[in-house]
Amino acid sequence: MILTAPERRCAISGGTFSLGSIALFVGIAVLVLLSAGIESGGNTSLTDPYLLRILRFTLLQAVLSTLLSIVLAIPVARALARQPRFPGRLWLIRLMAVPMGLPVLIGALGLLGIWGRQGLLNQALSALGLSQPVSIYGLAGILLAHVFFNMPLACRLMLAGLERVPAEYWLVAGGLGMRPISVFRFIEWPILRGLILGIAGLIFMLCATSFTLVLILGGGPAATTLEVAIYQALRFDFDPGRAVMLSLLQIVVTLLVLGAMTLFRAPDDHGLTGGRTLRRIDGQEMAARCVDAALLAGATLFLGMPLASVVVTGLEANLFKLVSQPIFLQAAVTSLAIALAAGLLAVLISFAIIHARSVISADRRKSLGLHGLAIALGASSSLILLVPPIVLATGWFLALRPFGDPSRFAAILIIVINALMALPFVIRVIEPAYTVHVSRTGRLAASLGLHGIARLRMVDWPGLRKPLFTALSFAMALSLGDLGAVALFGSDSLMTLPWLVYSKLGSYRTNDADGYALILGLVCLLLTIAGTAGQGATDDESRRND
Amino acid sequence: MALAAGATFFSAQTAEAADKTLTIYTYESFTADWGPGAKVKAAFEKTCGCTVNYVAVTDGVALLSRLKLEGTGTKADVVLGLDTNLIDEAKDTGLFDASGVDTSTLKVPGGFKDDVFVPYDYGHFAVIYDTQTIKNPPKSMKDLVEGDPNQKIVIEDPRTSTPGLGLLLWVKSIYGDKSADAWAKLKGRILTVTPGWSEAYDLFTKGEAPMVLSYTTSPAYHMIEDKTDRYQAAAFSEGHYIQIEVAGLIKASPNKDLARDFLKFMISTGFQDIIPTSNWMMPVSATSEPLPDAFSKLVVPSKTFLMSPADVDKNRKAWIDEWLTATSGN
Repeated sequence: MILTAPERRCAISGGTFSLGSIALFVGIAVLVLLSAGIESGGNTSLTDPYLLRILRFTLLQAVLSTLLSIVLAIPVARALARQPRFPGRLWLIRLMAVPMGLPVLIGALGLLGIWGRQGLLNQALSALGLSQPVSIYGLAGILLAHVFFNMPLACRLMLAGLERVPAEYWLVAGGLGMRPISVFRFIEWPILRGLILGIAGLIFMLCATSFTLVLILGGGPAATTLEVAIYQALRFDFDPGRAVMLSLLQIVVTLLVLGAMTLFRAPDDHGLTGGRTLRRIDGQEMAARCVDAALLAGATLFLGMPLASVVVTGLEANLFKLVSQPIFLQAAVTSLAIALAAGLLAVLISFAIIHARSVISADRRKSLGLHGLAIALGASSSLILLVPPIVLATGWFLALRPFGDPSRFAAILIIVINALMALPFVIRVIEPAYTVHVSRTGRLAASLGLHGIARLRMVDWPGLRKPLFTALSFAMALSLGDLGAVALFGSDSLMTLPWLVYSKLGSYRTNDADGYALILGLVCLLLTIAGTAGQGATDDESRRND
Repeated sequence: MALAAGATFFSAQTAEAADKTLTIYTYESFTADWGPGAKVKAAFEKTCGCTVNYVAVTDGVALLSRLKLEGTGTKADVVLGLDTNLIDEAKDTGLFDASGVDTSTLKVPGGFKDDVFVPYDYGHFAVIYDTQTIKNPPKSMKDLVEGDPNQKIVIEDPRTSTPGLGLLLWVKSIYGDKSADAWAKLKGRILTVTPGWSEAYDLFTKGEAPMVLSYTTSPAYHMIEDKTDRYQAAAFSEGHYIQIEVAGLIKASPNKDLARDFLKFMISTGFQDIIPTSNWMMPVSATSEPLPDAFSKLVVPSKTFLMSPADVDKNRKAWIDEWLTATSGN
């Protein structure tokens, strides 16, 4: 990237500022909790056999969940990429964002509607005369649920990568008459390999910190994760010292795993191309189409049926009555406001981080300090997955206590925590697109003398608008489904949609809860539609340039 | 130092703004629009010439955590919604003061007496079963423990919820030293263990399991609101463990007289009339009119188990460890 010196300084200081803010936000919470723990004289032994057991289970289920999600996502992403035009393709991609925004309990109930003891599968089996129900409780249930939540995420990120393959590649592949297996080996796999480790790391961390799902579907104490121990230490025992020790243990272990993974990281390589996106010309033979159709149908069923189950149970509620209640309006407005603020903040911070990293990496003779900064920037976005939201929320609650009623700051804290939660996703959406965009336009813009606002308006905004909106919708969906941070601060004045679902459940009103869950799912779908508008459809080109 | 300074600054601020406003910390389902909160507020405001202001968190455990977090800086005048298993820890915070309310006429099974916390409702834990799937419900804890492992039950985790802890204490009350064996036997019957009551009860009503750990009063909700007798409580011959919900007043409250008035109000008919059909628990004193019919059909436990809060506090960790070991082996 060619920038003027002030632009370069500006980019680096923007990244440094973002990094510093994240570190400060997380650091203050952890330090306050640690000192509260020391004050209360908490003694925590990290060698307790119980702890080692849950640590082992945490890692086992997270590794298996990650492997399954990735392995299953590859053929689906590839099939989607190979078949750029079929009816409902865009809707399938949009549907893939819905699990993210659903509170995990709702997703789990949807899965049980299909795979549960009274679910569709067992009903079908018993209709066939098989009486013994297939049970999904235990490790199998956890894996199923984690794949349901994370495979679509992996798929969307991989697809985005495959769709950035330069048009020239397909021209050459076509000219050489490459077979699908060669296309995979020489074109698709190198792209996917570069993405997989990052995606796997993200999914691994999401699964390692999974809590409600593991407890509900795990079947009992044999299936328990560290996150449960952290939650228990804070909520039931109020032992901040232990909670922080456990969080630190989680951070260390997860960092070790991620560190081991980055040893295998493939070098990023984005060729300089004309920037044309050309429809793929392979995958049009009958055999390939059949295979892809089967794959996509399977994925659609796997993903769509539990969601359909949420819809069906939700429709049994009196939706009209639910929507017309003032408490719903209040919750919806609060949720959307928090989600929008958190989403914008996440996109802003991500952009600053990506921009700074890109500037540093373009610097051929960078100092050791800059090199370190680039690494820190890369790691910062994942910090939140390691430090659970409940730890952050409690730490800040204690930190703000001397300044008056901490619940006054609740909205701001929830926004920041949600923004941090979205960061790793947002970065993975924006960064690859940004890198390609810069490699395509950087030199040209510089040679035309386009700088500052002018370049932003004429080059960057049109080129990056789409990934930015996608990232925003990702972040907003994630924030909408979040329950964690609110639970601690919750008061009458701050009611969100997931909290409404849970409070209805807590008073026997399961029908109402199902109805609100459906509405929440629809809001997420609407967000994704907004985020993917004009994406995917090739004949959309003219509309996009309006 | 900083904390102390903050606290003084803060209480000064509250005193200024506290022109007859009573702040009550409670749990979410109390203040929800279908809960008792709004009616209680209206009824009390008629007599006190004050404004009632609720601050609601998810449940009793969250309530105690919130108090511990806020410490002396708490804004609460009254804390409503702890249960007897939590009150020893609550007293340890040093935030509460003697209620000064005469509770001698209250009818609370298990003989609970306390000069700090005033009981306002109670419920016995019970196994609720679906009459459409279970024709012969367990008649005792022994039946439950030794029964057909194919008839599953959903229970709550004692590490994360009060009903889960309730079941743990119930089993302990019956089996004593043999609890670990009982859990090992029951293990095969447990479909899954959820983090809280909501998740468990939802799995139950969705038909995932024919039994769930809840309260003897749960069927009243279904009979009155859903007009169905489908879900019933199983009466256990050994007896049932009780959950008693209590309220207390904050020592540093600038509105102590008002807070005491509220505690007295809580055991009067004005408050007790509202409880059964909105909080779905049993009243602790007479209501002005007889309870709805459905309540006469509920299980009345032959014996009530209740451990002293001090015993619970002292042994909770060890008993949870025992439960973990007994139920997590393969």
